[in-house]
Amino acid sequence: MLALFYIFIGVAIGVSFWQITRILNLRESVANDNDNSKQGKYALLFMAFLYAMMIYCLIALNVIMLPESASIEGEHDDNLFNITFWLIGIVQFGMQFLIFYFTFKYRGNKHNKAKFYADSHKLEAIWTITPAVVLVVLIGYGLWQWNNVMDLSDEKDAIVIEVYSQQFRWDARYAGEDNMLGYGNVNFIKGINTMGVDMSDKNSQDDKQVTELYLPKGRKIHFKFRSQDVLHSAYMPHFRAQMNCVPGMVTEFGFTPKYTTEEMRMQSEVVDKTREINKIRKAKGEEETYEFDYLLLCNKICGASHYNMQMKITVVEQEEYDKWIAQQPTLSTVINQ
Amino acid sequence: MSEHHHKETFVTKYIFSQDHKMISKQFLVTGIFMGVIALFMSMLFRLQLAWPDKSFTIIEAFLGPHQTDGIMNPDIYLALVTIHGTIMVFFVLTAGLSGTFSNLLIPLQLGARDMASGFLNMVSYWLFFLSSIIMVISLFVEAGPASAGWTIYPPLSALPQAIPGSGTGMTLWLVSMAIFIASSLIGALNYIVTVLNLRTKGMKMTRMPLTIWAFFVTAMIGVVSFPVLLSAALLLIFDRSFGTSFYLSDIFISGEVLHYQGGSPVLFEHLFWFLGHPEVYIVLLPALGITSEIISTNARKPIFGYRAMVMSIIAIAFLSTIVWGHHMFISGMNPFLGSVFTFTTLLIAIPSAVKAFNYVTTLWKGNLQLNPAMLFSIGLVSTFVTGGLTGLVLGDSALDINIHDTYFVVAHFHLVMGVSAIFGMYAGIYHWFPKMYGRLMNKTLGYWHFWITIVCAYGVFWPMHFIGLAGLPRRYYTNTNFPMFDDIADINVVITIFAIVGGIAQIIFLANFFISIYRGEKSSQNPWNSNTLEWTTPVEHIHGNWPGKLPEVHRWPYDYSKRINPNDDESDYLHGKDFVLQTTPLLEGEEPS
Repeated sequence: MLALFYIFIGVAIGVSFWQITRILNLRESVANDNDNSKQGKYALLFMAFLYAMMIYCLIALNVIMLPESASIEGEHDDNLFNITFWLIGIVQFGMQFLIFYFTFKYRGNKHNKAKFYADSHKLEAIWTITPAVVLVVLIGYGLWQWNNVMDLSDEKDAIVIEVYSQQFRWDARYAGEDNMLGYGNVNFIKGINTMGVDMSDKNSQDDKQVTELYLPKGRKIHFKFRSQDVLHSAYMPHFRAQMNCVPGMVTEFGFTPKYTTEEMRMQSEVVDKTREINKIRKAKGEEETYEFDYLLLCNKICGASHYNMQMKITVVEQEEYDKWIAQQPTLSTVINQ
Repeated sequence: MSEHHHKETFVTKYIFSQDHKMISKQFLVTGIFMGVIALFMSMLFRLQLAWPDKSFTIIEAFLGPHQTDGIMNPDIYLALVTIHGTIMVFFVLTAGLSGTFSNLLIPLQLGARDMASGFLNMVSYWLFFLSSIIMVISLFVEAGPASAGWTIYPPLSALPQAIPGSGTGMTLWLVSMAIFIASSLIGALNYIVTVLNLRTKGMKMTRMPLTIWAFFVTAMIGVVSFPVLLSAALLLIFDRSFGTSFYLSDIFISGEVLHYQGGSPVLFEHLFWFLGHPEVYIVLLPALGITSEIISTNARKPIFGYRAMVMSIIAIAFLSTIVWGHHMFISGMNPFLGSVFTFTTLLIAIPSAVKAFNYVTTLWKGNLQLNPAMLFSIGLVSTFVTGGLTGLVLGDSALDINIHDTYFVVAHFHLVMGVSAIFGMYAGIYHWFPKMYGRLMNKTLGYWHFWITIVCAYGVFWPMHFIGLAGLPRRYYTNTNFPMFDDIADINVVITIFAIVGGIAQIIFLANFFISIYRGEKSSQNPWNSNTLEWTTPVEHIHGNWPGKLPEVHRWPYDYSKRINPNDDESDYLHGKDFVLQTTPLLEGEEPS
């Protein structure tokens, strides 16, 4: 691939210089009928290239896209995305056709005359009102879904988990038996109390600090995010979930996992993607085979190792989750020893 | 005007010139110079993204201490994307585009002898020059230039402990931008005053070319929003250097708790995007104005829906100042605000759609003269549509959650404001080059330049959407630490090849530009058979633009191919040719269009 690349560069530079030397003897500067005719045809050619590329990408790159939403709340996101995507896809294909086809069709010629056509209130009304009506639908559905996702007020049953960020790692704190997180602030950071939890707060005692997220399938998770240094963003793309972590304040997001990690690994889109990735890894000589895992990535520029700030998320059945959480030591036993 | 007889020395003519035509050329050449730097940076970081583990001599040569064996360090990667963004958005597409064409065209197309204040105009350029110099100097700071992204969100931008570029590099960035903003404001005020006061006799607002409308409204957006960025930058300077806590609170870094209490980075985001979003339109509207003018001239047709075009420029400008929150849906601000911003954001689709449809209708049944300027304008319409449509995805808060800050965003804004605005700028350069230098640019090179550039632009940014939909965050030095992204490595290579070829192809433009200044074909007075006033001035520049009296305007600027019988396309041209200068009086019984 790299050799190909150098060839490309060589060709590009060659063409540039060849053309630049021609400038010395070419002096005509305003397009004539011959130019119009040629350029109009090139416009058609370009349109063919554009269509081929757009369609090729839509089909061939389908496999790299994220699989269906792994959270219940994200289903409507996928839905809304599909509606929007079809809509803009149709407009895109139509408009590009008009632009380049007209460029070809109406390429200039000294025997032709342009139509004097300065205004049409009817046409303008059509293309003001049509987008407006379509937008009502998109905005309506979008806002409904936005409220759906962002409203965490009446979730009494939700599991509360704090996701804590710093350059360049993630930690998490489960709220424990009482489902209440103890107060946290950077001033309490000391020794192994890396998340700055106030241990004099009674809610803190049963909190559990971990380095990987385990989530039970089918339970609403209420995340609270903190950062101790700069902005980070907790991005969980498979769940259609993201929220910035802001030093000095607590931000929130919630979702309900729909598939366990095991179930997700069986899902056909994921199987295809995994196979594709492993094929590529094998070709590159990577030893380890890739297996699907949910991930939390940092998605707000945060410093040198921003590109490697991740945490694994495992979704399991409720029983397995109960077993796992019971094994985690509480903060009072870890810190107050 | 008394001063147009005064004696000019080399210094007053070429350096501290107060003539808007010279200042416009100064803006253009400085903008091109900065553009070359920023373009080169993008080629360097594209190399890194395509082949993260390969060593390159070019990286070794240019990045000095910031690379190891020809592989760039993560810090300098972030610095490169930061400075690339800053220079492109502000120095090239704001000063280079608006500064060049507002200066050149506002007096010439309105029939004024110069800007309202030639002196302030000169100050505006030299402040811009100074800020460019400081920005370039910041590249050579030992710890590297600013690296917190072009949005410079604190605390990252405020704390040198967090990233080395937030030391001296960031200080210089802020100083440079503060001076830049002063330059923009002075320029914008000058444009507004000139448009309002110095229109020649008969040049009613409703007879102004769409270029002028675009520059005028752009200047107003600038005056409204740039001061807010200035205050944001000043408060950041206070936080960095004087210990205040506007944006910072509860920070533990490098093993210690810092003293900051009570500030919020979200405040900075609000202030930044209050400029940052209108800035998109500060960049784009002049390009759209230029395109309107060029498409109409080269289609030999009136621009379709002049009034609708003016209304949509104003509507876009108004809406652009109340949508900034769509950059902050997941910043932690109240979700209710997210709803409001979704609503206002998606409304922008309406005037944008009107503009796109009007361009296409202008092409319909035209007699298209496919000059390079025309091709770039058509290219702009194409990329504006492609990039604009994905705005419907990003502007919808519910969908933004999952693609925020991914490569989908990078693809979107590069097409809709980056490529589109650059195309508008190229179109303007090819079209008004004869007005600037009295010569024409070579068309063959122009064609090569256009086709290579548009193929590469789509080749870079169309596949990029899909990388974003795969969930890849932007500003990652490499994605090799995530096996889940292994399947996009090849796509990154393809994108890089298109980027490098497209970047190198700009040499064609540079050569054409600089050689044509001296060797291009001599221009006639009105090479494109255009209607507007700038083509009634002599080819050789004179102080005061018109030798005798100022021209008088009798009609709108778009009387192309006007017929004897308006309803019969076969009838003869009313004025015997397919264009009618704005200075031509109405014939007896002629209806004004």
